[in-house]
Amino acid sequence: MKFSVGLGRENAEKRLEQRGVTRRDFMKFCASVAAAMGMGPAFAPKVAQALTATKRPSVVWLHNAECTGCSEAILRTVKPFIDELILDTISLDYHETIMAAAGEAAEEALHKAVASPDGYFLVVEGGIPTIENGAWGKVSGKTMLETTKELAPKAKGVICMGTCSCFGGVQKAKPNPSQAQGVKEATGVTTINIAGCPPNPINFVGAVVHVLTKGIPELDDNGRPKMFYGETVHDNCPRLKHFEASEFAPSFDSEEAKKGYCLYELGCKGPVTYNNCPKVLFNQTIWPVQAGHPCIGCSEPDFWDAMSPFYQQ
Amino acid sequence: MAESKPTPQSTFTGPVIVDPITRIEGHLRIMVEVENGKIKDAWSSSQLFRGLEIILKGRDPRDAQHFTQRACGVCTYVHALASTRCVDNAVKVNIPANARLMRNLVMAAQYLHDHIVHFYHLHALDWVDVTNALKADPQKAAKLAANIAPARPENSAESLKAVQDRLKAFVDTGQLGIFTNAYFLGGHPAYYLPPEVDLIATAHYLEALHLQVKAARGMAVFGGKNPHTQFTVVGGCTNYEGMTPDRIAEFTSLWKETKKFVDEVYIPDLLAVAGFYKDWGGIGGCTNFLTFGEFPGDVSNTEKYMDSCYFPAGVMMNRDLKKVDKVDLKEITEHVKYSWYKGDEAHHPYEGVTEPQYTKLDDKQRYSWMKAPRYKGKAMEVGPLARVLIAYAKGHKETKALVDTVLKKLSIPATALFSTLGRTAARGIETAIIAEKMDAWIKEYAANIKKGDTNLAAKWDMPAVGEGVGLVDAPRGALSHWIKIKDKKIDNFQLVVPSTWNLGPRCAAGAVSPVEEALIGSPIADPKRPVEILRTVHAFDPCIACGVHVIEPNSNEVLKFRIR
Repeated sequence: MKFSVGLGRENAEKRLEQRGVTRRDFMKFCASVAAAMGMGPAFAPKVAQALTATKRPSVVWLHNAECTGCSEAILRTVKPFIDELILDTISLDYHETIMAAAGEAAEEALHKAVASPDGYFLVVEGGIPTIENGAWGKVSGKTMLETTKELAPKAKGVICMGTCSCFGGVQKAKPNPSQAQGVKEATGVTTINIAGCPPNPINFVGAVVHVLTKGIPELDDNGRPKMFYGETVHDNCPRLKHFEASEFAPSFDSEEAKKGYCLYELGCKGPVTYNNCPKVLFNQTIWPVQAGHPCIGCSEPDFWDAMSPFYQQ
Repeated sequence: MAESKPTPQSTFTGPVIVDPITRIEGHLRIMVEVENGKIKDAWSSSQLFRGLEIILKGRDPRDAQHFTQRACGVCTYVHALASTRCVDNAVKVNIPANARLMRNLVMAAQYLHDHIVHFYHLHALDWVDVTNALKADPQKAAKLAANIAPARPENSAESLKAVQDRLKAFVDTGQLGIFTNAYFLGGHPAYYLPPEVDLIATAHYLEALHLQVKAARGMAVFGGKNPHTQFTVVGGCTNYEGMTPDRIAEFTSLWKETKKFVDEVYIPDLLAVAGFYKDWGGIGGCTNFLTFGEFPGDVSNTEKYMDSCYFPAGVMMNRDLKKVDKVDLKEITEHVKYSWYKGDEAHHPYEGVTEPQYTKLDDKQRYSWMKAPRYKGKAMEVGPLARVLIAYAKGHKETKALVDTVLKKLSIPATALFSTLGRTAARGIETAIIAEKMDAWIKEYAANIKKGDTNLAAKWDMPAVGEGVGLVDAPRGALSHWIKIKDKKIDNFQLVVPSTWNLGPRCAAGAVSPVEEALIGSPIADPKRPVEILRTVHAFDPCIACGVHVIEPNSNEVLKFRIR
């Protein structure tokens, strides 16, 4: 079913009907989005409201020192699908990976978006190189450091998509050659941290809908929304029963590995990693431990150093 | 199919800079000198340095795959695979058949996903004017679609009208979002599709956004998640659940759906769009081509790897379709004379010493964070066109058949393959070939399990000292990882990456890189909206974060790698 509702005009429901979507179908869809966020069905009207706003909120997405895996992750969202998100729900006014414009025209699109009196939300993907005043990372001839420092304080809210923008990420791993930092560290601005490498898109979409409907969600000490990062991977792991029975796989080629025993002895970082992977799954079908691979702790600050070597406890 | 139009060209003379190049992975600045409406000279400048190889030094070799995979999240998995093959090679483990097949199937799924997303979401807007689709007659568009593709409900006049209505409502909001300031807004002389083709392509752009979710899910079924798979380990794979009939059936069904899209949507769209842009069969070509081969039947060593690949390894010089040489890995050198690193000398990747030294923006003497790899001193194009040309020249049956069909349908000669159009067509051609071939690979995998082989990982021991290479021919081209192990730790790790081959700067001899060569001679119709630059650069599907890498900066040690 395709929804196309938040088109900035009146009579969203009438237009839905014309497209053959009943209010009942639409509310069912909103309830499923609410459920995906960990909210009850009573929250569905708020979602409906956010999806049928007359003017779509402007979102500016910056790419700093990153691999674009977080942008790819967001393309995998299914509730709503990415086209519903960017055509119907928000106005994605700057996003280097999918925007049509390039060069000066792209730069102008950014200036236009951030100068709008309606304001903008900022999403940041990637860490920020700070060495030589940020000279090792530039877009449009300006350092990533300068642009992020300029745009983050003025935004209506800053969401960090992925561990790199949350905490610095892989480029910050020792010896941190580019002196990379996370957004909060580099700018001093408080951020909503959707941690993960990459994060599950459902956590990002859930945070966006929360911000649009109820404001900033409750965050943990690392800036992560508690509704997604409130429990450890271990707490919800389907292999927990094996852990409790001391049934461990000693190697990847072992009979125990074939039987799906606990991966703790192979380095699993589930017990010290806060994320909802076992509950929401990736790509609606699986997650790494289910695929027999230990958790590497990718939603924790500085996990590249703190959690490695990955195959040892 | 429409006849080719004369390519529009301005009389502009002067510099044009495009920064950022959008719809790519990473941060790229393209600078060109235009003379009387034609590009006379070009510089490809990578704008970010992260230093992954410095970070890898001293770490556990088993961890390398997780770090290197973060080189790129668009061509996800390929670095994890290259690093895993590299350490497999160093510890001399021969992985089980199931592991080889599972790795190949995830790679095949990655090709399908990556190329579909590239065509529709990274490249299409260079050829397709989305706003022009508003002028289309949906009835006429449906008829046209029925002529170029099998009947499908999504191509009906009603469905196409719904897309048009949705688009109109979107445009009417005045909030153009990702289409803000697009080069095609208000019309652009270099866009020549009729409104009906623009409408079909726009409808499929949106449809592909949904389809790619499933293509990626296919990867995740065996790969544990996407982006950034987590199922490979040195010695094999971990996903025993991926050997169950349910998971194989799930993978098969997602593959089938993706294949159907490739055959019924991607390829017909590619041919339809290409039919109007045949002039681009004479623009943007390169000279030399390299591929390591992919989808190996035997990974027990590098030589056998290259000999056993489904897409053959090879080297083609001077566009000679009659001569393909074997790849000699010793002939690779990396140059830094024009890069933001100290020194001028070219080295084999394993003997290189590199130290970051940023100068300034628009310095034409040192202008990129990428190095310049060369083979026998020559710039080599890698990627879909290299794979397809080399397979075609070697008489690879499926490639030969499909390439000939495409050439016939477009009524263009084989020489037109050496172009921006050829590069984009080659990407579609190999997607269709892989999608077809996956049937046999899935069956081989299922049959091997059925006959009682339960192995997915092999035993091995980490040597105190060792070295190894891992070859991959990634969707973007020839990729190699090289490791040197000392005291069971990474002593040195090297990545030689497709986008470095394609999009690096000049070499020590001052010779241009493939993308620079491809840009020179291209017409520019409107210097303020230089869509022609995007067309040629996007045809390479750049991944810039992958391309920038460096080894230990403070070491003067000369490292010798033996190629086993």
